[in-house]
Amino acid sequence: MKKLLSTLLVLSFYVHAFAQEELLAQIEDPVQRNEKVTGAFKSTRVINAHSIEMLAKHNLDFRVMHRFGFVSDGIKQLFGLDVASFRMSFDYGITDDFTVGIGRSTFRKELDLFAKARLLHQTRGTRNIPISLVIVGGTTLWTEESFAAVKPSVSDRMAYYVQLLAGRKFSDKFSFQLSPILVHSNMPVNPTEDQTIVALGGGGRFKVSKRIAITFDYHHAFGTLDEIHTDPISAGIDIETGGHVFQLQFSNATGMNERAYITQTTGQFFRGDIRFGFNLSRMFHLGSK
Amino acid sequence: MKVFIVLFFLLASFFDGRCQQKKLFTKNGIVTFYSKAPIENIEAHNNKLLSVWDMATGKVEFSVLMKGFEFEKALMQEHFNENYMESDKFPKAIFKGIIREPVNSFLVKDGTFNVTVSGTLTLHGVTKEVNVPATISIKNNEISAASTFSVKLADYNIKVPRIVKNNISNIILIKVIIPSYQPLGS
Repeated sequence: MKKLLSTLLVLSFYVHAFAQEELLAQIEDPVQRNEKVTGAFKSTRVINAHSIEMLAKHNLDFRVMHRFGFVSDGIKQLFGLDVASFRMSFDYGITDDFTVGIGRSTFRKELDLFAKARLLHQTRGTRNIPISLVIVGGTTLWTEESFAAVKPSVSDRMAYYVQLLAGRKFSDKFSFQLSPILVHSNMPVNPTEDQTIVALGGGGRFKVSKRIAITFDYHHAFGTLDEIHTDPISAGIDIETGGHVFQLQFSNATGMNERAYITQTTGQFFRGDIRFGFNLSRMFHLGSK
Repeated sequence: MKVFIVLFFLLASFFDGRCQQKKLFTKNGIVTFYSKAPIENIEAHNNKLLSVWDMATGKVEFSVLMKGFEFEKALMQEHFNENYMESDKFPKAIFKGIIREPVNSFLVKDGTFNVTVSGTLTLHGVTKEVNVPATISIKNNEISAASTFSVKLADYNIKVPRIVKNNISNIILIKVIIPSYQPLGS
């Protein structure tokens, strides 16, 4: 009897002591919180293509994108650096899930407008959403002077695109997205080309350090395009420094809006027709969160 | 005999429950931190600080989720979690300490008392010993507490790249406020 009592006593002390050890455990919520996965990509563009990342509400992203000439042009053109194609754009986050943007490219003096909405946001926790789903719709208008016998109308100069982005941040380091796109040009560059081109693409990033990541994106167009037109392939490095993101890349695409890089990329990437290029993104914070 | 054992257990658990009454807790503590640097000042808040205080032993514990800190700029918040605190790897900051002074004898009438809390702060996966000054106030039977201290980022293996060294201070000022401790019922 005494033995039993003392055992119980020791046991109750033990339980008591144990309870004291874990003070925080007594009030911590055992249920895991839902947590939105952020930072799948460093920037709202993988390289040429939109990424599943959105601008935060009231953030203005001023982007300068440059593509030089082909490295294969050799020393006479300083490996392409003498030739430059340029796109400048302003993107603005109206809400955390809705971004609009306007851009202008030197290539065909083309204007572009887009709206981008996040339909699903990758989430961990009790409500598990494995992917982020984003839809982008946009229109382009080239304003370069035409020397054609019949002058193109404004509508002839326009094109439209809609793109779906389905991506996932698989780990701290690796993210990947699929980006099917439909581009409709009212008047393709060459009349033998299809007005509507569907392309399937993908993009990814691999973080090598906290602030540096390797990126790639690729699209394959289905439909009839001129023989000289090829699939846009790009590989690059993202470098993040506070409010700036520098994206340095090698790509065969000249144009930097969706119509241009899907339907008007020339050059064989694997035969040295590669352009050096960079995107510079500067984030401005307007208004309160 | 069996009845006796059951009675003993009941009694034991009753005493246990009595002891637990001496514990206080909150889930709504406020942590604010400040970084003052030549180019910009950064400030972030988190009002979901957990704290438990065992008055019998003087032990206090605090825990806060890093992702719960809110910044003025969304990009700062992203960089805080992704680049500096690595919040996916180290989701919480935890302080476990003991109040040096015999507080229980103070807390019989209204007033504010200065105390020192000694313990360990775990941040970004690094645990360091710290001594923190704090004040404990009692008014109309309600107990509140506050503390201000600073941490060196280098102590917790948080690296600030040279390019942003004028944006982020090496020493971060931390303010902790517990508006009201509640008794922890079991």
